[in-house]
Parts: sequence; structure tokens; C-alpha cells
Amino acid sequence: MPRLEARPAPSPLMGYLAPVLALGLTVVFGTLLFLALGKSPVAGLRVFFVTPLETLRGWSEVGLKMVPLLLCALGLAICYRSNVWNIGAEGQFVVGGIAAGGVALLAGADAPRAYFVIVLAGGIVGGLAWAGVTAFLRDRFNANEILVSLMLTYVGGLLLIYLVNGPWKDPKGFNFPYSKTFDAAAMVPRLFPGTRLTWGIVLAVVVLAAVWLFLARSKAGFRLAVAGHAPLAARFAGFSAREGIWLSLLLCGALAGLAGALEVAGPLGQLTPQISPGYGFAAIIVAWLGRLHPGGCVFAAFVMALIYIGGELSQSRLGLPAAITGVFQGMLLLALLTADTFIHYRVRWR
Amino acid sequence: MRAVRRTLIHGAALGVALILAACGQEAPKPADKPAEKAAEAPKPPPKPEPLKVAFAYVGPVGDGGWTFAHDTGRKEAEKEFGDRIKTSFVENVPESADAERVIRDMASQGNKLIFGTTFGYMEPMLKVAAEFKDVKFEHATGYKSADNMRAYDVRAYEGAYVAGMIAGKMTKSNTLGFVASIPIPEVIRNINAFTLGAQSTNPKVKTKVVWVNKWFDPGKEAEAATALINGGADVLLQNTDSSAVLQTAEKMGKFAFGWDSDMTAYGPKAHLGSSIINWAPYYKKAIKEALEGSWKVETNWWGMKEGAIDVISLGEMVPAEVKKMAEDKKAEIKDGKFHIWSGPMVDNTGKEVLAKDAKGDDKFIAGIMFYVKGVEGKVPSGK
Repeated sequence: MPRLEARPAPSPLMGYLAPVLALGLTVVFGTLLFLALGKSPVAGLRVFFVTPLETLRGWSEVGLKMVPLLLCALGLAICYRSNVWNIGAEGQFVVGGIAAGGVALLAGADAPRAYFVIVLAGGIVGGLAWAGVTAFLRDRFNANEILVSLMLTYVGGLLLIYLVNGPWKDPKGFNFPYSKTFDAAAMVPRLFPGTRLTWGIVLAVVVLAAVWLFLARSKAGFRLAVAGHAPLAARFAGFSAREGIWLSLLLCGALAGLAGALEVAGPLGQLTPQISPGYGFAAIIVAWLGRLHPGGCVFAAFVMALIYIGGELSQSRLGLPAAITGVFQGMLLLALLTADTFIHYRVRWR
Repeated sequence: MRAVRRTLIHGAALGVALILAACGQEAPKPADKPAEKAAEAPKPPPKPEPLKVAFAYVGPVGDGGWTFAHDTGRKEAEKEFGDRIKTSFVENVPESADAERVIRDMASQGNKLIFGTTFGYMEPMLKVAAEFKDVKFEHATGYKSADNMRAYDVRAYEGAYVAGMIAGKMTKSNTLGFVASIPIPEVIRNINAFTLGAQSTNPKVKTKVVWVNKWFDPGKEAEAATALINGGADVLLQNTDSSAVLQTAEKMGKFAFGWDSDMTAYGPKAHLGSSIINWAPYYKKAIKEALEGSWKVETNWWGMKEGAIDVISLGEMVPAEVKKMAEDKKAEIKDGKFHIWSGPMVDNTGKEVLAKDAKGDDKFIAGIMFYVKGVEGKVPSGK
């Protein structure tokens, strides 16, 4: 019987190579999948990894998709590094979007152009507050943050449905559960005319640098890392576990809330019953694929964005079913988990 | 050992993430059929370029209901026009910011006629329509139009009424259940029509409603159906996109209907009949107009008369006289002898909405935001 045995010292190099390896395996399995579906693998892989990047518009769409994935993943990476298992970035995203949308609806036609800054601030506060609920319950009552943050995601989703069906519904909208479209001043300015990409991506790059600095250089970031790697050592050193919980959750909430704000005040332009196609959940994959490292998250967000868009394109270009997106994401994850397992364990034959 | 535990937690967290990500995309469904091949080998050049027609679907083509019905219409149009057109589709397009990208991509790929088949594509389609003036956009179930965009819809309530007549005869508990999606007039009037139809054959009937706030979510639809049955309903209808309600009724030994498509196969013992939408006549008309250059902005709202709505495949358990009654009513609706929205009509708070001898016109029907007498509860956020 083969048996898994923990390796005394997992290879750090392989840890970084695992995502690349996983991507390679996904391409191999993707090739087999396309062959099994009777499609040319070259054409199939082309649609996934080349076609989305052939035009400026294509790049801008990938960038647009990367922003929410990256922001949520950065926040989650901070949480996971400090051993705080927040899986509610989706809810923090949605509530951030709600708060931003609420501010945006107040704008009025003669609001100054800089009004969108308040909209974004609203999103940050919303996400932060939502994550704060999880932090409070964990800190005060030791409630399991996995369950609390996940359940709050559904509460946030229902809150949005309530608002667009009720008080924030467009009075001229025939009861369609949509808010009014936002005034121009509430919208994040576009980066290039003719594309949907906004200045949000520049903001995301700034946030990326800030998170990087925070994790690698700041004392608070160091304390978080110690608490994550060795909770006992952290306690021995007098680092507060409470600080870790609050800081990581609030940061993640703020970032996810910002992502939600950029989405509603960017491509959406109004509140609808569904403002996220699951960015907060997909960002969990992004964070792990990126090895909880800010730079890695950029790579991972890029790959995930490509898979999303490539999945759509493979429908319209090749006539493949929509499930292809999920299959590719699944293959990528499975390959990554497998690689991780073999980094931490070796197989012994008994 | 801590490393082991950490890895296990990682594994679990990633597993959860994958499941949740999958749920977020609403990908899973039991009865997926392989997608039709849209891309065919290139044809010899002398013929004129075919008109490229694209469809954006909110659910999977294998949902067995709403999207399946649209896709059947697409295939029939393809059969009709042969190599004069070339169709393609994208399924599972969420009603989020993604819709705009998908629709814009369709336009930039040279599609000259684009159908968006859910109300949530209205704003995205308007944005894309403003950019692609030479492309014609068709939006199902919406209310906004532009120079190159028009709305189309079907009178699904006619089918709901006939289904209600059958339900009224078949219920033993005098309680009907309705699994509703999103509280817009389209859905509310189907609840009302179902109830009015049932009351016409059984005045004691009342209808319970559960809202799921989704078009396609078999899990939620099944939960809602279970709740209604546990609440005493023994005949169900749904205004959602999958066959989950019928399947739940089958499992729990109650009756239900198919909606949008013929769903007999999903629950033969529970299936009283299917209120179906036949999109083919409209898609043929729209494509023909685009081919001939006679396409213009107008609103098309088709029903039994135009062959867009029908109630078919009535089950064996439905007695012959009930079947005949349903057929007769269909004929009356078709030739205009019977008008469902006729006064006196009161809402479920007792307020008169149509005076005696008054007939509700299309404007009235499009704005129905009340429950008729016999429907329990309140329209979500309705005035």
C-alpha cells in the first residue's frame, strides 16, 4: 500500500514552481479535453490564452476582470497569512458595492466630477464594516470565522436583493429590481476611451504595492506573518492575536469593498440583484494560486481572468458548452492541490 | 504535525472555494445536453455572406425550460434559412457586467442581429447598441428600445391561465403553489393568470407563492417547491427556468406543470401538461426582416394567436372533459373571444382593479403589480 509521509522540509523552490506546474498540467489536460470534444487543441488553447489578448479591447477586458479578483485576493492573502480563514470576501465585495451604490445614488446631476472618490470611500467603509462583524464575533465570542464570513455573504446578497426590490428600486423601472443608473460624476473615469477599463486598475496597482510593502516591510505585517506561521511563538513574543484578527479582516474587507465599489461605479453603473459573478470566491483560488504573495496574486488573477473570458469565447468561437470555464478552473485547482500534496509529502510503498 | 493540519485546512478551503466559485457561475445542472456545434466548415465563396445571428442566454441550453426553448427557436430558424444565416450562442451569461462584454464581442465578431434573452441584458444591450449602429439588437422581456434595438415578449400568461384551469380541477387541497423568480410584472401576471384560471374551474382555490429571486437555480427552485408542498399545495406551477419544480412534485407525489418547454420527461407521473413558448415564429420573422432589410423598431408581444404560446402534452391523469375544456379555452383565446383580464377584477386586498365590463389593455397588462384575489401574501415591495 502506498502511504503518504510528511517531508521534514518541504522545498521552498517547488512551492513557488507549483502554480506554474499546475498551469502546465492544466494545458495538458485541456489539450486532452479538446481532443475528446473533437476540437483542435491548438484552436482551443488559442481561444483561451491568445484570442483575449489580441486587441487593446481584449487586454482592457482582462484588466477589468483582474481588478476585483486581485483586490479580493490581496485581502484574502493577508488573512490567510495570519491564519484567519475569511472566505467571505464575496459578501464584503457585495456590501462594499451596496454602500458605494448608496453613495452614488445620492450624487445628483450637478455633483462635482470628483464625487466618485466618495463613492469609492463608501465602498471601502461598507466592506470594512461587513468584515468587522466577522472580526467582532470571532474576537468577542470566538465564533468560527469560516462559517460567520460565509453566512454573512448570503446575508449581504439578500440585503442587496432587498434594496433593489425595495427602497432603491428605480421608480420608473416597471418594478424591475434595478436601481437608477448612476449620474456621470459618481462613475470612476475611464482609462482609455472606447474601453470599459477604468482608473480602478491604477488604484489596484497602488494597492498592490502598498500590500506588498505592508507584508514585507512593516512591523504589523511581520507580526501577522509570525502569528500565521507559529501562533505559539507569536504569543511568546507578546504579539496580540486579537490584533491579527482585526487587522487582517478589516484590511480584507476594505479591499473587497473597494473592489465592489469599482465594479458598481465602473462597468455596471447601477445596482442590480447580482453585482458579482462570484469574484470573492474565485479570489480564494487566486490567493492560493498566487502563493499568498502579492506578486503571485497578479499572475494568478491574470490566469483566472483569462480562463473566465476564454470560456466565454470558446462558446461563441468554437461552440463549446459554458461548463468549460468551470472545468478549466477545476483542473487548475486540482493540479495545484496535487502538486502541493507532493511538496509536503512523499509516497512510501509499504 | 502542524504542517499536516495546515495543508489539510488549505485543501479544505480550496475545495470550498471551488464549489462556491462553481455555484457563483451557476454552472451545475442535471440535464445538460451537449451544445450544438455552432462553427461549421467554411463554405465556398461565390454565395453571399450569410447573415450572422447571435444569441445570449442567461442559463444553459440544457435547462429544459426557458433557454432550451430559445435554443429550439434558434435551431428552427437555422433550418428555415439554411446557409443564408449563421447562428451562434453563448450560454450562462450572467446578468452582471459580463453581459456587456459578451454582447459587444458578438457585435465585433460580425453578428448583425443579436438576441438577448433575459431582461437583465437591457442596459448592457443599450450600451452596445449605441456603439454598433449597423447591428440590430433584439431584447426579450424588456421595455427600453433604441434606433437599432427593439423589445419582444410573449404572452406566457395565456398558458398560465389554461394551466390554472387544469390545476383547479386536479387539486384536492384547493391550494396551489407557485415558484416565482423575480417580482416584475411579467411574473406577477403569470401568478394572477394561473389563479384566475384555477378559480374559473374551482372557486375555492387559493395560491401560495414563494420567490427565489433567480431565473435559473435548480437547488433553490426545488427548495421552494418543497416548502409549498409542505404548506399544503398539491399542484405547482413555476415561472423559473429549470424543471426542478416538476421533479420535486414527482418525488413528493404531487402534480406540477412544465413551463417554457415540454417537460414531460422530467416527471411523467406529476406532469399535468406543459405551458410552452415557441420562439421559432418570432425568430423567423425577425431574421427574415433583417435579411430583407425591412427590420424596424416596434414591439412584438405574441401569444397563442401567433403560435408563440401553447399548452401541450396533457397527462393521462387529466380527465377527458378537463382536456376538452382546456382545448376549448385555447381556441377562445386564439380567436379573441376570451379575454383573461376582464372586469370585475379585485386585488387580494379587495381593491377594484378593473370595473365591471372593463377590459385590461396591453398597458394594463404590462403594469400589473398586484395579486388578484385568491393569491396569498403581498407582492414584494409592490405598492
